[in-house]
Amino acid sequence: MAFTLFSGCGLAAEQLESPNTELPRSLARHPNVNAWLKVLEDGRIQIFTGKVELGQGISTAVAQVAAEELNTDPTSVVVHIAETGVTPNEGYTAGSGSIINSAMSVRYAAAHARVLLLERAAKKLEVDAAELKIEGGTVTAPNGQQLTFKELLDGEQLTEEVPTSVKLKPKQDYQWVGTPEPRPEISQMVRGEAYFIQDLRFPGMVHARVVRPPSYQATLQSYDADVLKQEVSGVLKVVRNGSFLGVITEDEYQAEQAQRFLKRNTKWSVSEELPSDQPLAEYLKSLPANSQKVQEASFATDENTVKAQYFKPYIMHASIGPSCAIALHDDDQLHIWSHSQGIYPLREALPKVVGLPIEKIHIKAVPGSGCYGHNGADDAATDAAIMAIAYPGKHIRVQWSREEEHGWEPLGSAMIVETQANLDENGRIKEWYTELWSDSHSTRPGGDPGNLMPAHYVEDSHPRTSFGYSGGGYRNADPYYTIPQLSIDAHFFEGPLRVSSLRSLGAYANIFAIESFMDELAERAGKEPLEFRLMHSDDPRAIAVMTKLDEMTRDVELGEQEGIGYAFSRYKNTASYCAVAALVKVVSQTKRIKLIKMWGVIDAGEVINPDGLKNQTEGGMIQAASWTLREEVLFNKQHIISLNWDSYPILRFLATPEVEVVIIDRPNEPALGGGEAAQSPSGAAIANAVYRASGKRIRHLPITTKKLSG
Amino acid sequence: MKDTILLQVNGQQHTIEADPATPLLYVLRNQLELNGPKYGCGLQQCGACLVLLDGEATPTCRIPVTAVADKEIITLAGLIKNDGSLHPVQRAFEQEQTAQCGYCLNGMIIATVALLKENPQPEESTIRESLQPVLCRCGTHARVIRAVRTAAETMNP
Repeated sequence: MAFTLFSGCGLAAEQLESPNTELPRSLARHPNVNAWLKVLEDGRIQIFTGKVELGQGISTAVAQVAAEELNTDPTSVVVHIAETGVTPNEGYTAGSGSIINSAMSVRYAAAHARVLLLERAAKKLEVDAAELKIEGGTVTAPNGQQLTFKELLDGEQLTEEVPTSVKLKPKQDYQWVGTPEPRPEISQMVRGEAYFIQDLRFPGMVHARVVRPPSYQATLQSYDADVLKQEVSGVLKVVRNGSFLGVITEDEYQAEQAQRFLKRNTKWSVSEELPSDQPLAEYLKSLPANSQKVQEASFATDENTVKAQYFKPYIMHASIGPSCAIALHDDDQLHIWSHSQGIYPLREALPKVVGLPIEKIHIKAVPGSGCYGHNGADDAATDAAIMAIAYPGKHIRVQWSREEEHGWEPLGSAMIVETQANLDENGRIKEWYTELWSDSHSTRPGGDPGNLMPAHYVEDSHPRTSFGYSGGGYRNADPYYTIPQLSIDAHFFEGPLRVSSLRSLGAYANIFAIESFMDELAERAGKEPLEFRLMHSDDPRAIAVMTKLDEMTRDVELGEQEGIGYAFSRYKNTASYCAVAALVKVVSQTKRIKLIKMWGVIDAGEVINPDGLKNQTEGGMIQAASWTLREEVLFNKQHIISLNWDSYPILRFLATPEVEVVIIDRPNEPALGGGEAAQSPSGAAIANAVYRASGKRIRHLPITTKKLSG
Repeated sequence: MKDTILLQVNGQQHTIEADPATPLLYVLRNQLELNGPKYGCGLQQCGACLVLLDGEATPTCRIPVTAVADKEIITLAGLIKNDGSLHPVQRAFEQEQTAQCGYCLNGMIIATVALLKENPQPEESTIRESLQPVLCRCGTHARVIRAVRTAAETMNP
């Protein structure tokens, strides 16, 4: 069955207010109120989240839900993001899970804090708790007597466990949740205040760079530290550990010069060749694979079977700010500042690399440039850690260059998706068969040093882990449509380039294939694209986003050589619903593609910060437009050759479409998370629009003028 | 070898000791501790490191510090008035919540200040052209354009 409904529609509000079911996952692991919430000396509320701020606005969202339950303004809530030994361990900040896990845990913890504070006040003031009011950090009795949270706690914190029976504030009384809340860090940023990890400075801090090998598999032969010291001043130490080569200097420019010098003057032996002379899709299909039957049903090919092959190349996270980390080894303790998405799993992976027990490693998350998944953050932290061990007593700052970030980050896997379908006499899909090929979609640290790139090169080396998490490859491979017979086979290969999680994992390629194919099938069935999708939909919320999108775009008048394309997906088939339309012009002479406008409709269930969700959705559409129209990692026999913004271009202002996003708010439904909903349908909507505008269907990404001309 | 270099930054004169070839960016960030200009590529391809150099939006990641000794440098922090009030462009970006990760904000704001000085009421195509050198990966482009318009309106009502 192609349909996996997560929740019914119209769940009654009362049911949600006292759920009596399960606690949010993170809270179940850390059930005490004070794991999440403390009252500070000055009376403000401090919230601890195990998630990190990636620009998704999680700090503001958790402040909003805490403030709401405690009836206080979100500006009186301060949020402490992930730090080992301080905040709960919430794994990675990924998979659109920050709201679902962290914000919901904070909501329950704050709700129980309210109950406990009221109980304490009732006892102190000798009145019934039901007669007390809680607001703005104080509890007030009917006679006007007031106690602040601080007075109520008397130097203590709330250590009680949060029960599943905790009563949440009724949603109709909400003041802050569901309304746009400005993010305080934006005020810091516009003023040029220190905010990012790159802005951290410590007294006596020194600078470091790593000299990367010329290819993934390479062994360091020789380098000349003496000549380096003659050529570059301020060199404090050259750190060689196996084939790991780093240099520490007094100032940053010296580090950059030393890196450049060593890059030119170091000998390596290279022991691999990348398959640069073969068509990538064919090559990847030819690799040995672990195969998995994801869905099994009957499928019979005949002369009317519609078939297509879609391809997504390797793409990059391509953060604007290259990875950075600071480490200090002092007094047998290793401190690391990192923009990793998961500081606890990073810590678990480090002991074997740095030779310290886990309790001697402390990691503090500091926001970095947007990462969109597992980029170089953990590797930079490992670089810094290795060099800090070799050079103790000083804060060591490692800054990756643009070339390192492009050349060494773990990429989003290339994928091939082949689809076949048979229609019945009414033009409905009768049978559908998908076969897909993908590398892993997660080689995150997860306690395994083999997932930390610098650990591949140290003397006691930890080789690159084979076959990481593969489930991401068939994320959204199952069409969210009613299809009587559905079969899916997934084949997992180990490709030539280093890969890991990139925003939406396999969903982008799978939905690109499914939603392109839906248009191809609609055409075969003689139906309009949206009509055809609605024929195969019976989830009212899926129907609602598509119907809304239809309303928004129905009156668009198409100019010459213009076309509009549509696509829909429900992320992970259990999370947010999103439908996207794209308006494209393809100049018939030059085949120049102009993406004019994109429309998006999103239903992410309960919305905490509508402006945050809108921002994420607009951004997701634009980012996916860049993936779809521009991006492809290229490599030669030795290594990646897409090493900067010229050789790996992303969308700039002149090519960015106008975007319009509408949210369908469902305050009584569970929050579904919105960070990755828009990318997948955006790619397919653009492909469908290009087909409408030009008559040519491009099934191998990226969609370029060259392919349209060919 | 280090030289003594005089710099005019944000209305103040600074005497710094640096290798004359040091990119201006490192001097601003590491010696003057200014966080506005950011390292993004070191190749003048992304705009993260823009400052106003004699009023012109200029990348600082490759320009040697000695080349700017006689120029007036204004960074993001230098746009704030002495009374602490923000430049209208900063205010517009704050008001419109024009960021996701915010790493590109410096370049966006500096490019916008330079643009609106030249052209107080720019067309959308002019806005896009002026911001073309500045990269954003989060996809906040639509918001940035809106913030530029808001800033233009408040500066020239």
